Amino acid sequence: MQATIAKLAERPNLWPWLLLTPLAIYLAVFFLVPLANVVFMSFTEPRLTLANYERVLTGALYQRVFVNTFATAALVTAVCLLVGYPLAFLMTRSSPRTAMLILTLVTMSFWTSFLVRTYAWMVLLGDSGPIIGFLKAIGIEQPPHLLFTRFSSTLAMVHILAPYMIMNIYSVMRKIDPVLIRSAQSLGARGAALFRHVYLPLTAPGIANGSVLVFVICLGFYVTPVLLGSPREQMIAGLIGTEIEEFLAFGRGSAMAIILLLITLVILTIYHRRFGLDKLWG
Amino acid sequence: MTSYLRLTDVSKIYGTVTALSKIDLTAEKGEFVTFLGPSGSGKTTTLMIVAGFEKATTGDVMIDGRSISAMAPHERNIGIVFQNYGLFPHKTARENVYFPLQMRGQAKAQGLRKAAEMLDLVGLKDLGDRYPKEMSGGQQQRVALARALVFEPSLLLLDEPLGALDKNLREQMQIEIKRIQRALGVTTVFVTHDQSEAMSMSDRIVVFDKGRIEQAATPLDIYHRPQTKFVAGFVGESNLVEATVTDAAAGKADAAELGQCDYKPDAALKNGQAVTLLIRPEHIKLSRQPLEGRKNVRIKVDTIVNYGDNALLMGHTEKRTLRCRVLGADIVIIKEGDECHLSWLPDAVVPIAG
Repeated sequence: MQATIAKLAERPNLWPWLLLTPLAIYLAVFFLVPLANVVFMSFTEPRLTLANYERVLTGALYQRVFVNTFATAALVTAVCLLVGYPLAFLMTRSSPRTAMLILTLVTMSFWTSFLVRTYAWMVLLGDSGPIIGFLKAIGIEQPPHLLFTRFSSTLAMVHILAPYMIMNIYSVMRKIDPVLIRSAQSLGARGAALFRHVYLPLTAPGIANGSVLVFVICLGFYVTPVLLGSPREQMIAGLIGTEIEEFLAFGRGSAMAIILLLITLVILTIYHRRFGLDKLWG
Repeated sequence: MTSYLRLTDVSKIYGTVTALSKIDLTAEKGEFVTFLGPSGSGKTTTLMIVAGFEKATTGDVMIDGRSISAMAPHERNIGIVFQNYGLFPHKTARENVYFPLQMRGQAKAQGLRKAAEMLDLVGLKDLGDRYPKEMSGGQQQRVALARALVFEPSLLLLDEPLGALDKNLREQMQIEIKRIQRALGVTTVFVTHDQSEAMSMSDRIVVFDKGRIEQAATPLDIYHRPQTKFVAGFVGESNLVEATVTDAAAGKADAAELGQCDYKPDAALKNGQAVTLLIRPEHIKLSRQPLEGRKNVRIKVDTIVNYGDNALLMGHTEKRTLRCRVLGADIVIIKEGDECHLSWLPDAVVPIAG
């Protein structure tokens, strides 16, 4: 008995691996194997070929969808930042109670099902919805279509992704030593100069974290753009769905998925080189 | 002539708690004044009111004859070094020091040159390109000092800046800060709870307790002529003995615990007045036999704490304990449990009213 204990004590780093085993098995079976299958299909469907990649990388439709996906992700990230930064700042300046309340309201969208939220937007923005109704009531004869536009999909994606941005920025803002701000004031800084030279650089890690997270998640969005967006402004995930569901083009769909994955990994690698991936989680 | 820095009737009340009550104090131009007191005594609150981060409930702060009470911190032109330095982590040492000049619209080339000169003055000539996290605590401290001085502030405030440093570095920085302060002639307010730091650095010490000023005087006066019991107990080591004056003219008092005690006569005291007698441990002599011309007390030795060059001896009479400081050479003949005599001259006994 004692010998066993001594033996275990000699190899203290065995336990973590043992505890990781269930997760490792799960990831292998449900993530790595299917992923390998996708890679395999992208080169073999319908036969051993590079044609899938060639088509996806050179076809005008695909190029447009890729560009649109990145443009949408950039737009959503920018809007999240514009909405999130002031809100996070407000939270740091509020009493703990108010900050808690804001945080609860912000994360409330996390607790609602993805589909429910999306359909809620459809109801709100639809031609017979309350917003259009209000616009008509105040005398606008031909209100613009809100649903199935870039506006509606961006709005819904911002709604879903803003909490990531807000929580990342808030956690960085909250850790800023108030002495730094006092120092800056005592040294003659205030207002815009204080913000530009001290506050903004100190919160930059939060901005970078939040932006990368929002951008990367947004790249792979499927439900929201498909259900709320304009069909002319498809995103990659939606197109992959169409390829596979409607054309049974498993090879092309897989090739697009792999390209999206590689691009995401490149973004994360650049981020890691610059900031360190561990910072992404606070 | 009016003083350079003047606080008049300054109070700070938080709800029902009075943090500062009616503080009056002054500092002359070029003077190094230390606010000394335990935590919660009001010294830091006073500093923050001078800096502009706290608003006084009553009273006024003036620098060079001008009231600064209505000014925001950034308008006051006061340099501050905080306890944890407050260096900007995203800026190099030189950029940190350049920052106040940048805020004052100084041209970059000229400002950076001035920052480099200031870093040179604080002894960091070659470290301008380092980031704060690449520097030691003492180095960061010097950067913070350079940054607080580079814009030629009308006042320098130091908020327990040595608190985070280890003992050797602390002593080194005490000398350094004094050297730089003298070289620039900047009026300085230094906040500390460390009485030896206050003694060694200050031109004048202001002792705070419970939101009031207990005494403001030179370090020697604070040490040798404390005006209140608190000052006598807080600054240095002390034996405090309660007594009643029996002969004010000759300087005689009666102490319940030590009997008849002669003290240095003080015209302010009257017969029958209650006083506290202060006897510093280093003024007490240790001997086997009673000594002529001195007040002698027979004690039994309880504890000897040996520091090498000197030792602290604690012993008790029938009624109370006494502590005395002895030279290291004298202590070798005494053991714990021994009986011996402590004695002192009347001049070593300082009476404190109340």
